[in-house]
Amino acid sequence: MNFNFSEDQLLMKEEVKKLLDKENSVKRNRNILEGEEKFDKELWNQLVQMGLTATTIPEEYGGIGMGFLELCVIAEELGRGIAPVPFSSSVYLATTAILNSSNEDIKKEFLPKLASGEIIGTFAHSEKTTFPSESGISVVSKSGKITGKKVAVPDGDIANFALVSATSGKNKIGLYLVDLSADGVEIDSLETFDPSRSHADITFKNTPAQELSADAWEDIEKLLDQSAVLFAFEQVGGAEAAMNQAKDYAMGRYAFGRAIASFQAIKHKVADMYISLQLARSNCYYGAWALSNDAPELPTAAATARVSATKAFYECSKENIQTHGGMGATWEFDCHLFYRRARLLSSNIGSQGIWKDKLITSLEKSNSPT
Amino acid sequence: MDFNDTKEEAKFRDEVNSWLSDNADKKEHAKDIYRPAEMSGEGESGESSALKDAKAWQAKKYDAGWACLHWPKDYGGRDATPMERVIWGQEESKFKVPGGFFEIGQGMAGPVLMLYATEEQKKRYLPPMAKGEEIWCQLFSEPGAGSDLAGIKTKAELDGDTWTINGQKVWTSGAHYSDYGIIVTRSDFSAPKHKGLTYFFLDMKSPGVEVRPIKQITGGANFNEVYFTDVKIPDSQRLGEIGDGWKVSLTTLMNERLAVGDASGVDFQEIFELAKDQDFNGDTAISNGAVREKLADWYCEQSGLKYTKMRNISALSQGSTPGPEASITKIVSANKLQDIANYGMDLMDNASIARDEETAIFQGSLLGAPLIRIAGGTDEVLKNIIAEQVLGMPQDIRVDKNVPFNEIPTGSKN
Repeated sequence: MNFNFSEDQLLMKEEVKKLLDKENSVKRNRNILEGEEKFDKELWNQLVQMGLTATTIPEEYGGIGMGFLELCVIAEELGRGIAPVPFSSSVYLATTAILNSSNEDIKKEFLPKLASGEIIGTFAHSEKTTFPSESGISVVSKSGKITGKKVAVPDGDIANFALVSATSGKNKIGLYLVDLSADGVEIDSLETFDPSRSHADITFKNTPAQELSADAWEDIEKLLDQSAVLFAFEQVGGAEAAMNQAKDYAMGRYAFGRAIASFQAIKHKVADMYISLQLARSNCYYGAWALSNDAPELPTAAATARVSATKAFYECSKENIQTHGGMGATWEFDCHLFYRRARLLSSNIGSQGIWKDKLITSLEKSNSPT
Repeated sequence: MDFNDTKEEAKFRDEVNSWLSDNADKKEHAKDIYRPAEMSGEGESGESSALKDAKAWQAKKYDAGWACLHWPKDYGGRDATPMERVIWGQEESKFKVPGGFFEIGQGMAGPVLMLYATEEQKKRYLPPMAKGEEIWCQLFSEPGAGSDLAGIKTKAELDGDTWTINGQKVWTSGAHYSDYGIIVTRSDFSAPKHKGLTYFFLDMKSPGVEVRPIKQITGGANFNEVYFTDVKIPDSQRLGEIGDGWKVSLTTLMNERLAVGDASGVDFQEIFELAKDQDFNGDTAISNGAVREKLADWYCEQSGLKYTKMRNISALSQGSTPGPEASITKIVSANKLQDIANYGMDLMDNASIARDEETAIFQGSLLGAPLIRIAGGTDEVLKNIIAEQVLGMPQDIRVDKNVPFNEIPTGSKN
């Protein structure tokens, strides 16, 4: 039994970590947060050059033909470095959606460009500020064109194309690929809670769209499950970084004549972070197993990983600020960058309530939850 | 990433399974437990009937070479690898077999004897311990020293080559049916707290040992007070040097943490089934969003512990040392037990107050949970251990260090 990543995968993880450390990814997050750029193009290009955008794409489509396990370790490091790049939109979501599809023309056209970083994709799903249920999609697809509005699309003002969920008639939800430079696309960049990652509202007016599938609700659910595991790894990476910041700060900060790390009030706080983090990490490993094996347990495993990783990153990032005291709540310290990112990742692809409900629904279906 | 056995592991698992299938009944449901044969008409208590069955099963395993698998063969074990021990545990748990009496001896006393006893003593005491013929208990906590174990006051005085012990121990699981015990005492009251301790093993039938059961909030009595009045222990039964008892105790405590596993009682499955059946505002409880959120949290904890264990087993299977992740197990499972029990009774509303077949397990778990959160290291002590030993945070600054023990204020001032 080897319920762990392989040596090669762990080596890859280390390489990604080294790059993000060398490039000072956290500092770059701050630059994007404070500046006018929507993402860090330089860092993005380095990730592309390392081949990371090509990870899960088969060689026949210009990729390097590795699997989701490699993507899991990359995600964890991007989370640790709170990297200001559109990786989750383009790789976890857009690339996976196209890989899942049986539309060979789209695969041939888009996968090589996604692999080479020539284009960036995203998934446009949310409407009216809530994460939609099947009956909550109002964007309409008709005769090869789509009309309607998607809100707070991650990287909506960065991506070259979006996969858009839209009703395709007869109460079916389809999935459509839209060139975001096409006529009839209006993109409004948003001021956001975490400006290190760009979001935009996108309005479509009779915009030409290529159909991935006219009956795609199950595909969309699966895409969300797959990406939930990857988001969860990203959240675990961020949570661990925040826990370590809290610990390191407490060990170097003296008050009442001693390191505050020697007080039980602080030790127990950090121990609680560790507990939350370990539960999340172990659930993520199971999610990774289910994802990479396309196992029937994926819906349960993905929701479990997602719910516990969301909880862990929230807890670690907020208690990291608390451990730092007043300095933790300043703009100058990095604590808030993690706190913002934790909140952002909790909202992308659906919030805690949605995933908890998904989890219990999948347990009700499977009938033998343990 | 996989859950598959290696070829050797699969072969060993088959071997284990075939012996177990020949000698025990397989559980029909994961929650099936072994129940002792009907109490005999001769006034035998449930516990002594369970003890008799447990001893018989342990002896059967011993005779076939399946007791204390990881111990050396010379001492009654099998020289098994850590992974083989895990596989045995996984497979045995699928069968309805008795247990619950030998863990302290085999898990805590055994390893200490192996490190500190003479060869002759090891050959004398370890095989009967493995076989379940002789049961051991651990005499550590005292009324004034629980989490602060090094604050014990039970006195040991040496005269010639015999020690005389006076004092009181408490929370001693199984003292009432134990044959031997490991005990830590204070042999020097003028030395600093951690320096004046000495460690022994003793015959629980020695004159001057008095065991009194403690009735717990569950109504049961698994723990005892043990009084020592001029109890004699030969110096040959000392484990470690005089004054080195703290070091020896740490060996035991390390093993205690490994031996304490998941809290038993209600878990996710029970609250999930209850929520499906239970009426709540004219619908089933499980269709309520607030209930679903709580269920999801507990499922995540249960699953997190399960796969934490898998990560540890995986490390063993790969021939490496498991990480410290398992240190979270008792804290998480004991608190989950308590909260699920409480919430289950909440869902059953006023009907939860009556004791019947459905409420009993929730009531029992709610009453048992506080003890689990305390025994074998309180939540708070375990969090200190995570912070200090796993994360490398500094120890508390102590006011009782390097001070002669007899000058330190101790006990309760209430």
